[in-house]
Amino acid sequence: MNTREDRFSRKMLATPPSGIRKFFDLIIGRDDIISLGVGEPDFPTPWSLREEAFYHLEKGQTSYTSNWGLLELREQIAKYLERFGMYYSPKNEVLVTIGGSEAVDAVLRTILNPGDEIIVCEPCYVSYQPLAELCDAKLIHLDTSVNGFYPTAQQIEDVITPNTKALMLCSPSNPTGRIIPADELAKIAEVVKKHRIWCISDEIYCELIYDGRKHVSIGSFPGMKDYAIVINGFSKAFAMTGWRIGYMAAPAELTQEVCKLHQYSTICAPIMSQYAAIEGLKNGWNEVERMRVSYQQRRNLMYKAFIDMGLPCTEPEGAFYLFPDIRSTGLTSEEFATQLIEKYQVAVVPGSCFGKGGEGFIRCCYATEISKIKVAVSHIADMVKELRK
Amino acid sequence: MDEIEEILDLLRENARLSVEDISAMTKKTPDEVRAIIKKLEDSGIIMKYAAIVNPEKDGEAKDKVCAEIEIQVTPERDRGFDAIADRIYRFPQVKSLYLMSGGYDLKVIIEGDSLKEVAFFVSSKLSTLEGVRSTKTHFILKTYKENDIVYVEQERDNREGVTA
Repeated sequence: MNTREDRFSRKMLATPPSGIRKFFDLIIGRDDIISLGVGEPDFPTPWSLREEAFYHLEKGQTSYTSNWGLLELREQIAKYLERFGMYYSPKNEVLVTIGGSEAVDAVLRTILNPGDEIIVCEPCYVSYQPLAELCDAKLIHLDTSVNGFYPTAQQIEDVITPNTKALMLCSPSNPTGRIIPADELAKIAEVVKKHRIWCISDEIYCELIYDGRKHVSIGSFPGMKDYAIVINGFSKAFAMTGWRIGYMAAPAELTQEVCKLHQYSTICAPIMSQYAAIEGLKNGWNEVERMRVSYQQRRNLMYKAFIDMGLPCTEPEGAFYLFPDIRSTGLTSEEFATQLIEKYQVAVVPGSCFGKGGEGFIRCCYATEISKIKVAVSHIADMVKELRK
Repeated sequence: MDEIEEILDLLRENARLSVEDISAMTKKTPDEVRAIIKKLEDSGIIMKYAAIVNPEKDGEAKDKVCAEIEIQVTPERDRGFDAIADRIYRFPQVKSLYLMSGGYDLKVIIEGDSLKEVAFFVSSKLSTLEGVRSTKTHFILKTYKENDIVYVEQERDNREGVTA
């Protein structure tokens, strides 16, 4: 056994595991638990996408692709981004990655130098902060809870310094489901341009958006192409989480640099996933809409249940999470989530896992069967009632 | 989505969904939902609410014999195929009846207790109807999917909690 004291990277040892992971470890092997903790669709990938992958597997198309991804897929992605008023060259401005997650990592490593500041709007998805810290960047935690869980241009302007390198956005947001209103986004774009910082925009939930709203990307505002790095993928919209396929779009000079890292660490995204993704972008939209409507209905159902049990909650405009306020119970979010598993067999994720502003809230995923949602919320209501006695 | 279609879709998926749940899911008041459902029922758009039974698991249905029969008929001068169709679908043995384009005219799905019973029904009741020129009987061996319902597999939530 290697007993050297420095046998591990200090940075990796200092990186904490995801707080969500901890809660899943509590429920592993227990089938009496209803989980509202997962962060993925409860639909299988639409059949025509799966079938497309079989077809190419049968034909023996099992090789690497270009590091950039299949050109046909990049062309389809570029065409898709045009819907939102963004124009990227499929040749050198779109890079197909192993899910949006790889894109986040590769982009951060491509733009950050030690000591650079990156503004992260929190609460947010759990990977941004550790990945930025591995680049020795200085994290500027921006607490969006003071503003109903989306950042304002003023808030961002207030924390910008000469060392600010990038701003990390996610709209619709995981874990809150909030979207940044278009007029605020326009103001944020002005701040980004004024200070000439990168704006990394994680738009993985952009197809899951409700009540007739339309997704607006920060990359679509005038002059923003030079500053925006748009990250998206197929996991949420097309229910393809296990296929690990996503992409980024950015100016050629940046994308080429990201592609170097991508080629050394992964070579390319899996070819069968790429073929399935092409089918999704070409013919999968009816299925996307069917799933979206179903999420919207379940959001409505769960949202009403939280309001009825007296837990304040902002109605989320997108994604598939509710983020109710549990402060009135007097428990921390971790205590609340732990008791809920132990006494009421329902798993949720404590808001504290998602950074600043998340404490006092819990993340509940409504991409779950209606019958299970109903049982879960009735158990949560029982617990809240008990705590208030 | 059209509000009526949305409620119809929810009921198509689960006819036992309560008015309260539909109300929560569609953001309509329970009274509005009740009114829409009543209208759908009164106008015959919703004809009835019935259980979907898995024939493989129901003891009695399991032993039933089903056949698809292709019938060629001579249409009547004024009423086309409707007159003969009308005589066929009234038999309780007839599960479904369709007017088809292509090589034959009527497609009938018959259900009976035994092969013999189905054969007897075809030869004595269907073939002898005036206007029927020929019948072709195909026995159904296994139902994989019917009206959107897959009989051969059950949906399960296999998601393992991960860090997303």
